[in-house]
Amino acid sequence: MPIFEISKLWYYLTRYIDTFLLIGILLLMTIGLFALYSATGADFNRVSKQMINMLVALAVMWVVANIPLQHIMRLALPMYLFGFALLIGVALFGEINNGARRWLDVGITRIQPSELMKLAVPLMMAWYFDKYEITLRLRDYIGATLLLLLPVLLILRQPDLGTALLIAASGFYVLFLAGLSWRIIVGLLVAVVGSIPVLWAFLHDYQRRRVMTLFDPSQDALGAGYHTIQSSIAIGSGGIVGKGWLNGTQTQLDFLPEQSTDFIFAVFSEEFGLIGNCFLLLLYLIVIGRCLYITANASTQFTRLIAGSITLTFCTYIFVNMGMVSGILPVVGVPLPLISYGGTSMVTMLLGFGILMSIQTHPKLVKT
Amino acid sequence: MKPTIELRNHPLETHKFRVRLAISAGFVLLLFLILLARFSYLQVVQRDHYHTLAEANRISISPLVPNRGMIFDRNGEILAQNYSIYTLEVIPSKVHELEATLDELATVIRITEKDRSRFKKLMNESRRSKSIPIRKRLSDEEVARFAANRYRFPGIDIQPRVLRQYPYGDSVAHVVGYIGRINDKDIEQLEIDEELDNYRGSHHIGRIGIEQSYEKELHGITGFEEVETDAAGRPVRVLSRTPPTSGNNLVLSLDVKLQQVADNAFGDRRGALVAMNPNNGEILALVSKPGFDANLFIGGIDHENWDLLNNSIDRPLNNRAVRGLYPPGSTFKPFMALAALELEKRTPEYTMNDAGFFSLPGSKHRYRDWKIGGHGRVDLHKSLVVSCDTYYYSLANDLGINAIHDYIKQFGLGEKTGIDIRGEASGLLPSPEWKMRRHNQKWHIGDTISVGIGQGYNLTTPLQLAFSTAILANKGKAYRPFIVQKISNNQTNIHQINQKDLLYTIQHKPENMALVREALVDVTQPGGTAANAAKGATYTFAGKTGTSQVIGIKQGERYDEDQVSERHRDHAMFIAYAPAENPQIALSIIVENGGHGGATAAPIARQVLDYFLLGELPQSTIAQVIDVPEAHHNHHDHL
Repeated sequence: MPIFEISKLWYYLTRYIDTFLLIGILLLMTIGLFALYSATGADFNRVSKQMINMLVALAVMWVVANIPLQHIMRLALPMYLFGFALLIGVALFGEINNGARRWLDVGITRIQPSELMKLAVPLMMAWYFDKYEITLRLRDYIGATLLLLLPVLLILRQPDLGTALLIAASGFYVLFLAGLSWRIIVGLLVAVVGSIPVLWAFLHDYQRRRVMTLFDPSQDALGAGYHTIQSSIAIGSGGIVGKGWLNGTQTQLDFLPEQSTDFIFAVFSEEFGLIGNCFLLLLYLIVIGRCLYITANASTQFTRLIAGSITLTFCTYIFVNMGMVSGILPVVGVPLPLISYGGTSMVTMLLGFGILMSIQTHPKLVKT
Repeated sequence: MKPTIELRNHPLETHKFRVRLAISAGFVLLLFLILLARFSYLQVVQRDHYHTLAEANRISISPLVPNRGMIFDRNGEILAQNYSIYTLEVIPSKVHELEATLDELATVIRITEKDRSRFKKLMNESRRSKSIPIRKRLSDEEVARFAANRYRFPGIDIQPRVLRQYPYGDSVAHVVGYIGRINDKDIEQLEIDEELDNYRGSHHIGRIGIEQSYEKELHGITGFEEVETDAAGRPVRVLSRTPPTSGNNLVLSLDVKLQQVADNAFGDRRGALVAMNPNNGEILALVSKPGFDANLFIGGIDHENWDLLNNSIDRPLNNRAVRGLYPPGSTFKPFMALAALELEKRTPEYTMNDAGFFSLPGSKHRYRDWKIGGHGRVDLHKSLVVSCDTYYYSLANDLGINAIHDYIKQFGLGEKTGIDIRGEASGLLPSPEWKMRRHNQKWHIGDTISVGIGQGYNLTTPLQLAFSTAILANKGKAYRPFIVQKISNNQTNIHQINQKDLLYTIQHKPENMALVREALVDVTQPGGTAANAAKGATYTFAGKTGTSQVIGIKQGERYDEDQVSERHRDHAMFIAYAPAENPQIALSIIVENGGHGGATAAPIARQVLDYFLLGELPQSTIAQVIDVPEAHHNHHDHL
């Protein structure tokens, strides 16, 4: 019976897929493709390249969703150690590009280990807390903090401020969700604020320039401030209803920098206005809501922490990207999740969603 | 519903976790509200302000492309130049029915199948918003005809373009290289090198040879024009202008006439020749055969020609002079001989009896001499003059592989010379460490024996052989080979001159060097292996013939030129320098599948030396050398 066969195939295909989440993801991707088509000046080649990126990322998500969490958990330690070793490799033998040492040449290809650590660090920390679940004492938090701090410092030294901060955030979410006491959190906050002058001394010139131009973009209107000024003009001139798809003058006349990658939100915002922005924020909120629901219902310490960290990191990406494009955060080079052009970030994002789906759809076994 | 297993103590823990999660959710909501507030501020409150800014944002900056630097040979002959033409260009993203439009276009302007296939290839390589040429070299009449019909073809227009031209075509294609259209890969690389800004508006980039290696010098600095545009983006007036700075001109050490003589001397044979000045490292000629017509690449090569070049069994695109790897064969022997004397493993007086083969003690395996029956009594001088293999088998055995490797390394074999064109191969001077590293095998004593006559694992490039010959020619001084003599800025008239670069001097006893050099002169005298080629020369020259095996010959069999297919015949090698007493030129030659070095490679050297030292043109080449640039215009009309 062919119908039976098809339904069986359908069953295996969708068995571990969270339909709600998938629909949200696909809607966001579709918006991304439309924005990209406009951003590239109606270049269908690039749109199809991005579609391939998306298909690859969806396949990765499907595979991960089909893996029970116990197996993923077993990967946490080796993945972390491997990523950490690569980071040390980068520090010693990495390739220097634009004054930064981020890449490792492994013969066939160049890899950027910090990308791997975006997932490996929270996985490792969640694994760690899961292991010491029964006896959570201060020194366990200190151990977890070390697990976080070492790779972050190495990435900071590359220097890659944006990635370091994002990984620090994803690790902090694990600590926070694992129940780090409020007193320590407040203490940390004070310490961070206090260390800003010290950090400033360690920043590279180009990083300082970026932070400075945040406060006064006009002081470097053709250099670092150019990005922010042009994207603010794009967003602002979009008004409430926008200029219409393919009609953004900022976009089409090539005033916007990096308009298909980090600054794609400005393209969308110029052409679809405040209404489009609200719709996009709402769509993101729906996806986030579903992720929070999955997190809240996760059954083990490990799954809870990793799900929570993935969800909150996703939110962070959205906020940091939109914040920088609209001029309230410095330009740090963070893509807009599911919308910006680029294969790596797409795969990293969907890998995270795959984990969430696996948590939601697999039988919720816990250790006894 | 999926089954859920609840656990002890869980409700409390889960509750604590959910509180934290709820706090996080609240925080996320707060962040989103901040974003919303910011958007409202920009898009509602400040909307008019930004709208005005966007309207005013109509000053566009358009790049002014610099002229690419020209390339000259040492006597001022033009090797690469620019000329202006009109091209017909298409912006694919602005054309709706591309195929139909092109068909229609073909009724106005002649567009051949070749033009179309080249256009398709270019289109697939670049962004659709880029302007891509479909026809070049429009005649005045064609320009007028299109202008009248222009309104029918939105997205298609005539552009004035500067094109590159290589007047000498095939003979210098590998050295001078060519420029090709910038593709996505180039853009990525330019972005990494932070050069992309300087290439706004540029369409071409150096691909191989000097064009590639000196891209930075040749390209120049892009200028900018600030233009005020109307709402549709059409320019209204120029506000300010920063003119472009032309690329620097390059003067090569190459002598293009010498290059042509060498090129012609090869005839239809494959191979390479490198000639350099041993006293300063200047490359005088660098030939790789077969060549190709670099002009084909300028506008983007069409499929047919590309397939022809790329898939040819002769591999014309491969620069054999710097990338070709060949066992040096007997041209290795002079260096072995010097090693023997310097390391005191042989005296000039020492003789041995050559019965036609060499065997290791306790082994029956015979390492055969090229001459059946051997050369009889052989001393070091004779071993070079008649190219006795047995002498060097036994010498290699006495020296040992480590001594051979360490001594001959000084002559630059198996190492990049550091010449200023990219893509040089490093070759191989084998050692036990290398064999262990590469093949994970122990070095066998038999390996040493074949290395002794330049076979075995030995691999050198023609450039390396010329370099080591130059070191012999000037008694131990190693100058880095270079090909660009002078970089000149034609605006400021400031020249930057490549100085000779003495890398090191090889320590040696003068009498040892003299002995080897005398033997090399006798190679070209009656009785020597290159005597025929040197017959009647009015200058003395030193040389060494070589033959390098392409296929292995089994024990008990002999190599018979007539019985192996042409592609499996031995490669003919020859190294030489002249005049022997005060060398002005050192060269290396390889003729692929040419058989004996004395028979095919040495005569080429003779023609090159005759021209270089005496200014004599061989009969066969006179016709071609007189044939210069202008004629080529017509040949490449299809560009």
